[in-house]
Amino acid sequence: MNVIHQIEREQLRMDMPAFKAGDTVKVHLRIIEGEKERIQVFQGVVMRVRRGATSSTFTVRKISEGVGVERIFPMHSPFIERVEVVSEGQVNRSRLYYLRNLKGKAARIKTKTQQFSA
Amino acid sequence: MARTLGILGRKLGMTRVFADDGSIVPVTVVEAGPCPITQIKTAEKEGYNALQIGYGSIAERKVNKPMKGHLDKAGKGYLRALRELPLDSLGEYAVGQDLTVDIFAAGEKVKVSGTSKGKGFAGVMKRWHFSGMCSSHGAEKVHRSGGSIGNNTEPGKVIKGKKMAGQLGNRRVTVLNVEVMDVRPEENILLIKGQVPGPTNGLVLIRKSK
Repeated sequence: MNVIHQIEREQLRMDMPAFKAGDTVKVHLRIIEGEKERIQVFQGVVMRVRRGATSSTFTVRKISEGVGVERIFPMHSPFIERVEVVSEGQVNRSRLYYLRNLKGKAARIKTKTQQFSA
Repeated sequence: MARTLGILGRKLGMTRVFADDGSIVPVTVVEAGPCPITQIKTAEKEGYNALQIGYGSIAERKVNKPMKGHLDKAGKGYLRALRELPLDSLGEYAVGQDLTVDIFAAGEKVKVSGTSKGKGFAGVMKRWHFSGMCSSHGAEKVHRSGGSIGNNTEPGKVIKGKKMAGQLGNRRVTVLNVEVMDVRPEENILLIKGQVPGPTNGLVLIRKSK
């Protein structure tokens, strides 16, 4: 298994910030359209982080024009330019599927800083 | 099928890698070679052209005398497995020379042969993907049976090759035209796109498609 671990380790990105479910992140994606390359930003709440070597993924949910949009990103994909952690959330679960049933004010997540000031 | 050069190896397992275009590709990691050439068969002497190659190592006490004499000619120690590669024409090869993963390049198509995992005596649903029969509607004791196996007096026999229950797996399987994703000569490692027959640590023969 050593060789397989080594192959997987080579693929991993060490520049990923630590984030977990409940955090709000900005994912800067490299989009290639024909010859041109541009950066698109997808901002939302991390719903889940799936652990695993090259198969790690994370799901980000946002509300776009009133419609909930979820995107699953491979954690170590070369197409992710960078991930920016906007705020850390205070949640009691590691899988925030309950957000799908909530909207508006109810779907807000307490951030860690808010909790300290309150 | 073209008779092509190949190499013996050991399946190490599967993982996934990112391709150049960012897509995720499942790969099988195979440790292949170095395979010493133990015998060169020629049309003049044996009636056909072939290379006999070996792979792996084995303790001396496990090798019998005739095999010892044969392997000593190559002088590469005692090999676990020997396989023959029939070739249309023999190139510049010498007994004792090593074949390594260098013969393959990333992006090349290969065919991979191995012994599939044995599943034992399997019914038609598992072995041939039959649909089975009703779980209710009065069905009794025939839920996983294959149903009728033929007609009555015409033809009066079961057609040869009829799919029935029997041994599943543990036979030689070849997957054709699979892509080599990466070659790592310093570690004798090949990354092959998709699945390869056999269990982890199983012996596989990797040959060029063309």
